[in-house]
Amino acid sequence: MQGRRVAVTGLGVVAPCGVGVEAFWEGLCAPAPIGPRQIHRWDASAYFENPKEMRRTDRFTQLAVAAADEALAQAGDLAIDPSRLGTFIGTGVGGIETLETQIEVRLTKGERRVSPFLVPMMMTNAAAATLSMRHGWRGPCENTVTACAAGTHAIGNAARLVSNGYCDAVLAGGSEAPFTPTSVAGFSNMTALSTSGVSRPFDPRRDGFVMAEGCAVLVLEEWDLAQARGATIWGEILGSASTADAHHITAPAPGGRGAISCMRLALDDAGVAASDVAHINAHGTSTDKNDAAEATAIAEIFGTPGPIVTSTKGVTGHALGGAGALEAAAVLLAMQKQLIPPTAGHETLDPTLPKIDLVVGEPRAWTPGPTLSNSFGFGGHNGTLVIGAV
Amino acid sequence: MSDNFERFKNCAVDVLSVDADQVVMEATFESLDADSLDLVELVMALEEEFDVNVEEEELDGITTIQGAYDLIVSKI
Repeated sequence: MQGRRVAVTGLGVVAPCGVGVEAFWEGLCAPAPIGPRQIHRWDASAYFENPKEMRRTDRFTQLAVAAADEALAQAGDLAIDPSRLGTFIGTGVGGIETLETQIEVRLTKGERRVSPFLVPMMMTNAAAATLSMRHGWRGPCENTVTACAAGTHAIGNAARLVSNGYCDAVLAGGSEAPFTPTSVAGFSNMTALSTSGVSRPFDPRRDGFVMAEGCAVLVLEEWDLAQARGATIWGEILGSASTADAHHITAPAPGGRGAISCMRLALDDAGVAASDVAHINAHGTSTDKNDAAEATAIAEIFGTPGPIVTSTKGVTGHALGGAGALEAAAVLLAMQKQLIPPTAGHETLDPTLPKIDLVVGEPRAWTPGPTLSNSFGFGGHNGTLVIGAV
Repeated sequence: MSDNFERFKNCAVDVLSVDADQVVMEATFESLDADSLDLVELVMALEEEFDVNVEEEELDGITTIQGAYDLIVSKI
């Protein structure tokens, strides 16, 4: 990114494989579960003053509140003018659980019983708005809605505001809580969902993505301010890019055309040569078409075997608008631990795909360096972040 | 205190997340940290509890527990 450097000084995660960054990391390196990835035994009430405050937030906002609390606690005292603090939380479907519940209320009890909180709970900007109110951050507070690319785009958009001097710090991430009977049926009827319940990115037996919920939030902070206050810096947002396939509402463009242009633009934005890329956290959804297009795109830019690739969706499943943020968190943790988590569920590389260097079985030791994190959303939205190691 | 007020109070405690001893006749909704949307939600709960109908315009000017309670009781 041209302009000021962007440090990551806080990280918070609420995911099915672990709540909190350390538990999340352990989950990423552990065997994957089977079936939908939901966060069980998690009590949101700890984050709210009273039941009323909690009840007027949808689950996707509750996840964001918890993740942001962790990220901010880690970041410590920012001492920044609140008008220069931004909030960018992406989501795919926002408060769909609230919407579905209230449709049921209307059908069974009539329109007079529909909650006055339906709209402020379901709107996709509710998580961002709730965080800005909770923490008094009064700079730009916006919401990126680009399906499965939303988390990545939100972080990219937020980083640019820090880079160009508009903000000094931004809470950035993505959150999704998509488990309602109607949404599951919709995804299922698209034949996008795995029927086996096993997420197997880049494996010939892959049969669709496994739906997940989850949220990650990063504190992005102007580098010099972070250094001056002695903050712990996890990594740096070196660059980002966003392109559209302009091809089909759900299928990726042939040959991974949109993914190729997105990764190339992100590398240009970061000023990083393809040959210097150490690692790629792939979108790797475990759908036939995504993984084929993405592997093709990676091979086109980097050759084979190319950088070390993993898809953490083998463990996490696909948390849609939360996914890109969870994967940025996975990259930052991989840098801190100097280990790249394996692609769980993957047994053999699909022989029809280019021979990408996929981490399989055990976590792989690496020397952290420039890393791409890819996200591709229904609608043909492509997003790539370039994250630098400290 | 009447049985009706006990039922009213239970609704208010549940919807507004306040303590039962805060729900007294002279309490204002402002003092109970209840905004206009909270009031709508409380009235919905009261409509169900007492099997009454309250029109939106009837809530104009209602700022206290007494006001809301009197409105509900007048409809039973």
